[in-house]
Amino acid sequence: MNQPTDPPIETDVVIVGAGPAGLFAVFELGLLDLKAHLVDILDRPGGQCTELYPEKPIYDIPGLPIATGQELTDRLMEQIKPFGATFHFGEMAKALDKLADGRWKLSTDAGTEIIAPVMVIAAGGGSFMPKRPPVAGIEAFEGISVHYAVRKMETFRGKNVLIAGGGDSALDWTLNLAPIAKSLTLVHHRDGFRAAQHSVNRMRELVKQKKINFHVASVKTLHGEGGQLSGATLSGHDKREWQVETDAFLPFFGLTMKLGPIAEFGINLHENLIPVDTARFETETPGIFGIGDIVTYPGKLKLILSGFHEAALMAQAAFHICRPNEKLRFQYTTSSSSLQKKLGVA
Amino acid sequence: MKIFAKDREGKETVIEGRDGWTVMEMLRDAGLPITAECGGACACATCHVYIDAGWYEKLPPPKDGETDMLDMALAVQPNSRLSCQLTCCEALDGIKVTLAPE
Repeated sequence: MNQPTDPPIETDVVIVGAGPAGLFAVFELGLLDLKAHLVDILDRPGGQCTELYPEKPIYDIPGLPIATGQELTDRLMEQIKPFGATFHFGEMAKALDKLADGRWKLSTDAGTEIIAPVMVIAAGGGSFMPKRPPVAGIEAFEGISVHYAVRKMETFRGKNVLIAGGGDSALDWTLNLAPIAKSLTLVHHRDGFRAAQHSVNRMRELVKQKKINFHVASVKTLHGEGGQLSGATLSGHDKREWQVETDAFLPFFGLTMKLGPIAEFGINLHENLIPVDTARFETETPGIFGIGDIVTYPGKLKLILSGFHEAALMAQAAFHICRPNEKLRFQYTTSSSSLQKKLGVA
Repeated sequence: MKIFAKDREGKETVIEGRDGWTVMEMLRDAGLPITAECGGACACATCHVYIDAGWYEKLPPPKDGETDMLDMALAVQPNSRLSCQLTCCEALDGIKVTLAPE
């Protein structure tokens, strides 16, 4: 875990989650001259829209009869551009602490610290984390000999490597690690892949040359001690089982959402959702707000458009916390020259 | 039509399926612990079910998108399907499904 190195950043609002609700919150806050920093575990904006369905059409965004997840994200990024929000991508919001002066400090797993009077949880279904195969006891090996990502290829030099999955990650790492591993075994539930065809062709070539092994199977049991794997039992569809020597196991089944460290933030949760009031979209903890799919209130609908509405009301309430001595003047972008200046159109 | 759905602990629930809705929607609305995080867009593989013997063959075969997405599912078996891609209709009356592990 990285330690904080730089002095903490100070801003008006920290938003956890850069999905559509978090992005539009930048707009609503920006109209009120409030600056925002966003933290997201993914490496790009859009949340579920870009991670799960970038190419799939969405039909229920008011005024946009059809937009893909990626298009909606691109439009939102364009819309909030004038407000110069700062994005901290690839970082997981790890801890939330209350400071003596009443403000909040959010720390990320990359060592970033951001202090602000207002925190907004816009984390959707939680953090995107790698899917963990349902293999008993796998937790004990994680971080030591089971890895969900390759940080340093050298870690796998001279090792017996087992890779599971049939997507691009599984195929790419099979091809990249094959030359340096002692042995490499790829397992997948079928003899077909959703990966790029040229990767599949290269993989099949390596199998033909007996440089790697491919099994239509699944990983049933892991063997080893103290977190270090020594072998794995594979199981075929005909229930036949066999063992392979394994020093490292890399499962690649994509990402799924887990609430993650937000559960430890001290915010009241109801069935993994955050209850908020519907006038301010504030949680039961003053200064901490919630918008989008992660919140619950009577009548809540998990729609992107609900997140937009919630962001607008949250921004009004946040203004009073961030600027206690200023008066909030409600204005329309259509008629207000000061808002149009902020948007860079006047 | 009726859906016989077994959860991961083996408890069976009988659900009334509405024609034209997906099996995933019926499982979710009945309160079964199915994640279905993409909401039915065939984009996440978290509505993965096993189809009981005798029923798998009666289903319309999976389209390419579903076969591809099953590659991202865990513990895939020959009788695996994504329940968001199964539409309730009279022909499926009595179908038996089991939630796959997550």
